[in-house]
Amino acid sequence: MRARLGPVLRAFALLCLALMLSACASLRGPGAPGQKLDPWESWNRKVFNFNDAIDEHVLVPVATAYRDIVPAPVRLSIDNFFGNVNDAWSTINLILQGRLKAGLEQGMRFAVNTVLGFGGLLDISTEVGLEKKSEDLGKTFGRWGMGTGAYIVWPIFGPSSVRDSLALPWDYAASPSLVFKEGSAKVAIYSLQTINARANFLRASQMLEGIALDKYTFYRDAYLQRRGSFSDDDEYEVLTPEKPQPPAENPQAGH
Amino acid sequence: MNASKRDLLKRGFFSATLAAGLIWAAALPAQAADANAAPDQLIRQLSLETLDAVKSDKAIQAGDIQKIINLVDTKVMPHVNFQRMTSSAVGRFWRQATPVQQQRLQEEFKTLLVRTYAGALTQVKDQTIALKPLRASADDTEVVVKTEIRGKGDPIQLDYRLEKSSGLWKIYDVNVLGIWLADQYRNSFAQEIGANGIDGLIKTLTDKNQKAAAGNGKA
Repeated sequence: MRARLGPVLRAFALLCLALMLSACASLRGPGAPGQKLDPWESWNRKVFNFNDAIDEHVLVPVATAYRDIVPAPVRLSIDNFFGNVNDAWSTINLILQGRLKAGLEQGMRFAVNTVLGFGGLLDISTEVGLEKKSEDLGKTFGRWGMGTGAYIVWPIFGPSSVRDSLALPWDYAASPSLVFKEGSAKVAIYSLQTINARANFLRASQMLEGIALDKYTFYRDAYLQRRGSFSDDDEYEVLTPEKPQPPAENPQAGH
Repeated sequence: MNASKRDLLKRGFFSATLAAGLIWAAALPAQAADANAAPDQLIRQLSLETLDAVKSDKAIQAGDIQKIINLVDTKVMPHVNFQRMTSSAVGRFWRQATPVQQQRLQEEFKTLLVRTYAGALTQVKDQTIALKPLRASADDTEVVVKTEIRGKGDPIQLDYRLEKSSGLWKIYDVNVLGIWLADQYRNSFAQEIGANGIDGLIKTLTDKNQKAAAGNGKA
């Protein structure tokens, strides 16, 4: 199996490289003058439709069944577990971005949840006020000054950009499947990860269907805008009601 | 679309539903809010009153879409310059539209957003709102006020662009999770206008809204 996959993969890698190089000129991100955001639109649309069909006929039914059958506490633990591994990856990326304080905080999150939260099954960190802050390698490249570049839709992997495609292998490797050697275990972990993510996204995707005129354009613009924007590490002030208002004192109390 | 959705999700897009709801919810009891105050104070007041209103209103939690829409219409809109938001989304075609078309565009765009976000409001449970200190000088007439909604998972970034016009601060764009809504719609609107003209866009928006209304049933 592996021997046969080899040449295919190599050809694929070459194709990717060619795409990257041809797009390097466009690595300035959206908004740069005279730049086409989506030079491969007609191809991207075909891949998007292919992905969408898989989503509709396979992923959504599976994710819906998962949501309906698996008890909520179990799903929450699974979600926390993947989130915890994600926190470790965020820590590394925040440090790479030179945001040491935020990196330390995410590192604390990971440590607390791993040790006190049974390997990440419980999210104790959020309870004690350590807010989650997700970062990935694509964002790190962005911090280093790389624009998102042209939009690319990968089969199965979905929306991406030239910049994020360069980071994609690492961002996908940052998964609990990393510790398994066997292919079948890796596949099982990735499947669960995907189903968990899709199940979480069920409501939001319905909402997006409701407000998108053209789904392809909507997802593309949301992706590029979101991936091209960066937040800072300024402190927030948590808002609490200034004076106690009788009905608002207890949020659960009805009138 | 397997991983693409995962991708969006991983970055917290799921929570957009909620955040989006709070945009409008933010101003439910807006009558009490003082538009003369500093812009961050306006947002602070709106945010707090909203959380209270939603958390204490069983009808909203139960998904009474029509009730929320009515509230948004009477209370939110005084604090939003929706014409500026729509014209920004429509972009260069706005000047080509007749006043009647502009009015229709505004109405349908508003309905599209409000109806959808009203649904998200029903999800508000134990979230808190955090506000970033305002970085603006006293004589600025355009500012960005940054907030985030905290609950489970990544916080939901929720920023507002406000303008000061004849002494009053008004919201004219909203950023959910790094996405400014007017920018988000610009290409989609241009694409539709390019294919079917301004009336085509109005028709598409109207159809979408009617479909949503039929689907909701509750309204």
